[in-house]
Amino acid sequence: MNWQLPLMLAQTDSSRLEELRERTEAISMQGTTVPDSSLVREGTSNPFATEYWFPTQASSFAGEVDFLYMAVFWISLIFFVAIVGSMVYFCVKYRRKDGVIAPEPSSSHNTAIEILWSVLPSIILVWIFYVGAETWFEMRIPKENAEEIQVTAKQFGWLFTYEDGDQTNELHLVRDKPVRLIMQSEDVLHSFFVAAFRQKMDIVPGRYTYAYFEPIKDGVYRLSCNEYCGTGHSKMKTACIVHTSEEDRKNNTKWIEAEKTPFENGQRIYQIHCSGCHKVDGQPATGPALNLIWGKNERMIDGTTELVDEDYVLDSIWYPEKHIVEGYGPVSKMNSFKGILDQKDVDYVIAYLKELKDQSGDAK
Amino acid sequence: MAVADSHDTHDDHHDLYDHGEFIAHHFDSAEQQFDSGKLGIWLFLVTEILFFSGLFVAYTLYRTNHPEVFEQAHVFLNKYLGGLNTIVLLFSSLTMALGVRAAQLGRNKNCSIYILITMVCATMFLGVKAVEYSHKWDMGILVRSAFNLTYTHPTPTTEIGKALHISDYLVYLCVVPALLLAGFLVASVISKLIDKGTLAKFMIAMAITVSGYFLGVCIGIIFMNATEGETGSTHASVIAEQPLMLMASTQDDHAEDDHDDGHDHDDHDKAAADSNHEGEHADHEEHFGAHPADGGEASFDAHHPDPSTLSRDVGIFFSIYYCMTGLHAIHIIAGIIALAWLYWRSLLGHWRTDYFGPVDYVGLYWHLVDLIWIYLFPLLYLID
Amino acid sequence: MVDASTRQKLFGTPETNFLNCSKGWKSWAFTLDHKRIGIMYLIGVTVALFLAGVFALVLRSHLFTFDSKMLSDDMYNQMFTLHGAVMVFSFIIPSIPAALGNIVLPMMLGAKDVAFPRMNLASFYLWIIGTGCLLAAILSGKGLDTGWTFYTPYSIDTNTGVIYATFGAFILGFSSIFTGLNFLVTVNTMRAKNQGWFKLPLFVWSLYATAIIQVLATPVLGITLLMLIAEKTLHIGIFDPKYGGDPVLFQHFFWFYSHPAVYIMILPAMGVISELISVYSQKRIFGYSFIAFSSVAIALLGFLVWGHHMFTSGQSLVVTLIFSAITFTVAIPSAVKVFNWLATLYKGSILLNTPMCYALSFIFLFGIGGLTGLFLGALSTDIHLHDTYFVVAHFHFVMVGGTLTALLGGVFHWWPKIWGRMYNDFLGRVGCFLVFSGFNLTFFPQFVMGSRGMPRRYASYDPEFQIFHQLSTVGAFVLGLGILLSFVVLVYSALRGPRCSSNPFRAASLEWQSSSPPDFHNFIHTPVLTDPYDFESQVYDEELDTYIPREFANPAKVAPRKEPVHN
Repeated sequence: MNWQLPLMLAQTDSSRLEELRERTEAISMQGTTVPDSSLVREGTSNPFATEYWFPTQASSFAGEVDFLYMAVFWISLIFFVAIVGSMVYFCVKYRRKDGVIAPEPSSSHNTAIEILWSVLPSIILVWIFYVGAETWFEMRIPKENAEEIQVTAKQFGWLFTYEDGDQTNELHLVRDKPVRLIMQSEDVLHSFFVAAFRQKMDIVPGRYTYAYFEPIKDGVYRLSCNEYCGTGHSKMKTACIVHTSEEDRKNNTKWIEAEKTPFENGQRIYQIHCSGCHKVDGQPATGPALNLIWGKNERMIDGTTELVDEDYVLDSIWYPEKHIVEGYGPVSKMNSFKGILDQKDVDYVIAYLKELKDQSGDAK
Repeated sequence: MAVADSHDTHDDHHDLYDHGEFIAHHFDSAEQQFDSGKLGIWLFLVTEILFFSGLFVAYTLYRTNHPEVFEQAHVFLNKYLGGLNTIVLLFSSLTMALGVRAAQLGRNKNCSIYILITMVCATMFLGVKAVEYSHKWDMGILVRSAFNLTYTHPTPTTEIGKALHISDYLVYLCVVPALLLAGFLVASVISKLIDKGTLAKFMIAMAITVSGYFLGVCIGIIFMNATEGETGSTHASVIAEQPLMLMASTQDDHAEDDHDDGHDHDDHDKAAADSNHEGEHADHEEHFGAHPADGGEASFDAHHPDPSTLSRDVGIFFSIYYCMTGLHAIHIIAGIIALAWLYWRSLLGHWRTDYFGPVDYVGLYWHLVDLIWIYLFPLLYLID
Repeated sequence: MVDASTRQKLFGTPETNFLNCSKGWKSWAFTLDHKRIGIMYLIGVTVALFLAGVFALVLRSHLFTFDSKMLSDDMYNQMFTLHGAVMVFSFIIPSIPAALGNIVLPMMLGAKDVAFPRMNLASFYLWIIGTGCLLAAILSGKGLDTGWTFYTPYSIDTNTGVIYATFGAFILGFSSIFTGLNFLVTVNTMRAKNQGWFKLPLFVWSLYATAIIQVLATPVLGITLLMLIAEKTLHIGIFDPKYGGDPVLFQHFFWFYSHPAVYIMILPAMGVISELISVYSQKRIFGYSFIAFSSVAIALLGFLVWGHHMFTSGQSLVVTLIFSAITFTVAIPSAVKVFNWLATLYKGSILLNTPMCYALSFIFLFGIGGLTGLFLGALSTDIHLHDTYFVVAHFHFVMVGGTLTALLGGVFHWWPKIWGRMYNDFLGRVGCFLVFSGFNLTFFPQFVMGSRGMPRRYASYDPEFQIFHQLSTVGAFVLGLGILLSFVVLVYSALRGPRCSSNPFRAASLEWQSSSPPDFHNFIHTPVLTDPYDFESQVYDEELDTYIPREFANPAKVAPRKEPVHN
């Protein structure tokens, strides 16, 4: 059996990378196969090596994921060889001899050994669980300084919106710069998946989901939709390009220029829909002021606190009754804007809130 | 040794239960059969509870996530009709229990009477439910996607609707029961003619059962007229357009509407959320004088919030409401069919002190259906 | 001790049996006999297996090349959906409980039938109607392209026959509930006199545990599918985000059923293996009570782990952590069973005939299936592997390598009992070898693909995965050939095979005390209660060429009993 990768990709890293990058330029959203430099590996014919099983470790936590995988791999292999080995050995040694159907009497119960083989695997399982959970926290809890990129998934393509409002259909990142994806779907379930980053997150319509990682290796990686989304599911993939520096990204990316920045769009929505009741000078009006709330823990009338994040803002605009800030109420005086402002508009409002917060911070 | 024929080994049982006509061949004894049936029905009830549990979980989640929707929505449910139905079902549980007792004692005649009362209660429940449903459909209170609250009741177009001044939907909901009633009456006459005493009796009982539905409809309408006033729809502009209410415009006790309930709801009232509300009571009294089409925001009160102020997701409450009560109604109908079967067997005198399993099992099922309603009523009608 | 003529009457070849006691299609269509219903179920699930198997071969052929044009994307999506839906709802779930269990369970209890024979027949007809509804999705020309999971909101948006299919699955759910309810009651009230819970064969324990899941979990699927139908027709806004609903709620509901359903599929298989390993080692099963309780433990824990299908769906950190932790606890009882089977083989008298070959294949394949579950239970690795071919391979190792293998092993084991005829053991073993090797060839490469990031449900893929897909496709055809061969061997033996005796394998559970094929009432005598794993209770009778309980044998010819070792 040939367990090696097909020849066309079994070349060395450096020479292929340029070519891959060129090909990426020509990627259209539909149907082209996407090159993936993370699968261009040395030593992929040895099934006991990490390289055999995994693409390049291109994110900060990929090494830890692979470590656990390989640890479980070896634990499983040992158990499996022990189980199947003894099974085959017993079958040979104790196979039925002609005419002798009844075996010599032997024990059918041994509490000590039964407890042993229940407890020993349990200890190993606890370890696997612990290591898995530890890495997973790292994968799920973002760092403070992460770059934020809006991801919009739709049947069957991707749109990435960067902090300055520019957009692309491929994901462009900078090496060693942590990134936090704020993802939304325009239609059905999708899932963001880049194997080289070992990161995956479903994108659920009607709410925001997040993915976080820090690319540590430049290259071109495949970004695929991993949750079945209909006819073109298998075509819903694009490239994720990790650049060596911010300048590299700026110069080597085909940007879809923003007509207006998200902040400006958000400001406009604010002026039309919100300014009647919400001020941005820190003074309470019919509703709370909006200039300092982003990222704050707001106290609610029922005594709980809520972090003002994307979902909080979405809820507050669509379901005003859900979060009522202390000092207002007892019922909200605000009408729901569901059906008036869609999730894209809420994005702009969020961009505006963030900008307001930054400005206030600068002012101090 | 155990090589004896299987029939021999069971002889001792046969002595105890010598009338084995209702013991299936694969059971050794009536006792084993009864235990099996009992365990079976309990397990079935467990599956029923889990079946409803999906809806209860959906209810809990949406109520936790959108409590405002539930507060806005429940005012559209008439808790007096709901309460009436609760009493009817509780009473039916009592008669069912008495029926089971009668079967255990082998009193087939008593048993049949109790079962008949239970069935009539069940159809009454459905009749009241039909009034509630048709009233809501009239006002555009439908599931989420079709929710379109108007308060205006369309003028009936059917002849019966015009004549009786009732909603078209209610007429449609009465078509099948009316056909059934006619069918059972004809069947009873025919079976009487061909001298099938028991069959005729059964058909008459079925006809009585179905008429329970119409009784329920009548009582439902009367309750609706008496209580809708109290729960708020006293505005002439609204009343004038409510063909459902037979006597609406002549109801004088609206004046006694002292707004106990109104107070309760003022807190939660987000209708219009404007200063007009301060003068609500005054408004109310004034409006009662049948000023036609006063209109305007002021005419909406706690029980008739301005549709434009409602959360769009009020419809989800009614989605859940229709799913839960609809599924419950289907269970009631299934229960009626099972009860009819029991009634038929009581007429044939099947129950004996050692054979009453089916009555017991259906009784348990009936109590469960009641129990589910006991949960549904406060969860849906009594949100405060 | 009884005389020779009585022995002949009880254990010899009977003149009338449940197969020939009545004739004509009506005697089958309206039968209340659990054995006949079981056989009809067996035929039914075989048809479903072949149908879904053909879907599988079509889609594997399509995947032979990375840019295959054999199927359109839509057709491909329909193929994997129908393959999954028919396999899961119409084949695997009813396969062992409703087909094999129906035939064997009452006999293992020494009973004449299940507690509610009419309900049993109703269950079968519901199965037919439900499967018919599933297939109506194809016949209506609309097909079905949601994946067997019917995830919202795609299932709400798509124009394919989701309503037919979900209604079919709803009906099939009730078929499953009926079977489970029947088994629970049967085991509780119909056991032979003095047959205590710890005198039950482990297959009965596993069916009992399965039945608990069927009764408790399936109604939740029922209401979920009803809500989905209501969502699709009326747009009630519970699951549809367009109307304020929550699509993830559907996933919670769905997996609340469908994860326990995984144990509906695997627990009866484990029960079958416990029987086979013990009988063909002629050795008391090792750690009876550990195996028995581990079945129940798996059934109960199985209700608490549904969230591990949703680690990437955006559920809260704490919830995810808890689900991962509980998931690992399920591994323990499964591992305990495997160790106990191995200990049973130790110092046994191992006969490597067809059913035993399947049992050993089961340990091998389920070993891989179970161990790869560890990768998916651990949070960090699951994030990477979720919804890739790794998952596909993992659950096929459990569902096919586990359940299908056990089903075939069980069918070969009880086949002589059902038909009174023996199969060709050599060809049976060839079939087993083909199934085993074909299966490994099909699914092992998928672990590699999945780890490297090949997402599942892709109609076309990137070229570097092609070699693995090609291996997989070749393996699928070998697997198909193996199943076909086994089918031919079985059918041929049922019609033309040599007559066999009542207990050719020296098994000790009660069903082997009936004649082969059994009488309509299962036993013409009240069976002697024997310990199902005390093989010394059975002695060889030369005249009848079969094993019979010691109590019936001629004491002059019976070897003394070997006493078991206790420690």
